[in-house]
Amino acid sequence: MMQTVLVLTAVIFSLAAAGAIIRIARGPSLLDRVLAADVLLAILGGALCVDMAVNRHLNNLMLVVAISIIGFIGSVTVARFVADRREQPDES
Amino acid sequence: MSPDPTGLDFWIDLFSAVFMVVGAVMSLGAAIGLLRFPDLLSRMHAATKPQVLGLFLLLAAIGLQMRTWWVWPVLVVAWIFQLLTVPVSAHMVGRAGYRTKHLHRELLTADELEAVVQKAAAKTAREDSSGDGQLH
Repeated sequence: MMQTVLVLTAVIFSLAAAGAIIRIARGPSLLDRVLAADVLLAILGGALCVDMAVNRHLNNLMLVVAISIIGFIGSVTVARFVADRREQPDES
Repeated sequence: MSPDPTGLDFWIDLFSAVFMVVGAVMSLGAAIGLLRFPDLLSRMHAATKPQVLGLFLLLAAIGLQMRTWWVWPVLVVAWIFQLLTVPVSAHMVGRAGYRTKHLHRELLTADELEAVVQKAAAKTAREDSSGDGQLH
């Protein structure tokens, strides 16, 4: 049963990652791309979780936490950057 | 690996399998939402699903599969950390999207930020005009 689940989740995660990558490539604005990259990181973390659950180890747990930290720092930084850059022409 | 259909192991495996598949479907739903929704704010709605509920289901699947008690606090810490960071980044992205006008205004049902923004703009304009009056 676990092998079936592994194959099924692999297919679903691959489709989801393809959708997120399409949105990163096509996204009209920078913020859309940041959001899609965040989703891609969440999908990667989910795939690591499924690997841990099926193979019954905990080696990737720190990696999952680190991925969530990276997503947080990345989106906050880029959001701050966009806000600063767009406000400059209004003030001058 | 042919478990007894009446044993406890079978049911734990079944539950964790369902959790894993549903958690993966959350990611697929987020990707479909990213592709099909029209603007940034509605895409943010879809993007939250794998980050909170999907991660919760997958961590619960890990906890069920490991079959030990000490692993649950670690998983809860990982999930709570995600719960703390996701709203902050979503707030920042949403605010930046509002300021750079990446939204379809006709799709909004309520805009509570607009009153605050207009109040701040009026205050700035008043201060500017009073400053000009003192100068002349």
